Amino acid sequence: MKNAEEIFDLLKKEFSDSIFSLDKDTPTEPIISVDPLLVHKISGFVRDNEELKFDSLMCLSGVDDANGSKVKDADGLESIQGGTLSVYYHLYSVSLKHKITIRTATPREEPKVESVENVWKCADWHEREAYDMYGIIFLNHPDLKRILMPYDWEAGYPLRKDYKNPEFYQGMKVPY
Amino acid sequence: MGLLDKEFSDGNIVIVKVDDLFNWARLSSIWQLGFGLACCAIEMMATSASHYDFDRFGVIPRNTPRQADAIIISGTVTLKMATRIKRLYEQIPDPKYIISMGSCSNCGGPYWEHGYHVLKGVDRVIPVDVYVPGCPPRPEALLEGLLKLQEKIRNESLRKKSA
Repeated sequence: MKNAEEIFDLLKKEFSDSIFSLDKDTPTEPIISVDPLLVHKISGFVRDNEELKFDSLMCLSGVDDANGSKVKDADGLESIQGGTLSVYYHLYSVSLKHKITIRTATPREEPKVESVENVWKCADWHEREAYDMYGIIFLNHPDLKRILMPYDWEAGYPLRKDYKNPEFYQGMKVPY
Repeated sequence: MGLLDKEFSDGNIVIVKVDDLFNWARLSSIWQLGFGLACCAIEMMATSASHYDFDRFGVIPRNTPRQADAIIISGTVTLKMATRIKRLYEQIPDPKYIISMGSCSNCGGPYWEHGYHVLKGVDRVIPVDVYVPGCPPRPEALLEGLLKLQEKIRNESLRKKSA
């Protein structure tokens, strides 16, 4: 069993500059921020390392940080430009009984994160959901398509903070 | 409808208006499409089970729309499901009836404002005969809805579907 600092030091030793920070002031597990384009390598490491053995991805979620600047267009509709979208990986080691959360932030305009589908198989649908709801592109995902919304949904990604629902979908009125 | 029962005891001939006969046959065997969407479907299944016994009104679930007379929209209709419901409805042969069960399929229910994926009332895609309010409605409420539908069918005529 390892605490958050030990896990952070271990990762720092292995990946140095790609591991950004450790946030311990959280109501849940401590959060380690990492580089979005190295997530696959880091995931493989934390799964296979003898001292970590993170064999279970409990949850993978997308988050809209909404930390960009709010811009109003000609119709007075607000949208967010710049800033980041994040992906959180909640990890648990069944054999060593320790937990950690890994976070990676990616630019909102081109949100690209490496897929961890071939590290933890369960990430497959979780990543599709994050793609469906936030538009985060998971590089090297075997089948990255919408999972909940219709395949022909063109109005964007519903859980983004600046999402606007369309008036019609296939001739059906959407607003109340 | 007392007319039919009395005539049976006296002889072999039953005299009845064709409207009454058809309506009686239709309202006494409303075969519903076995179709459930959300928590309302649990109540619908409870209604079908022995305690409330939907079967005593002639309601039997059928597994294909081509053998069904009615469909109970029991639950939240998402936009994705709405296109499928429309297709199912079109596959049911005439005469066909629709019971909209619960707040979600009546008007969107709790998803009325922030449900980006929910159709705000199934009557936006198919014509509804009876609305059953509730979230979810108890089996008694669904039975009441069915009796209302039977009442509606009883007053139909061959020339005009709805009374």
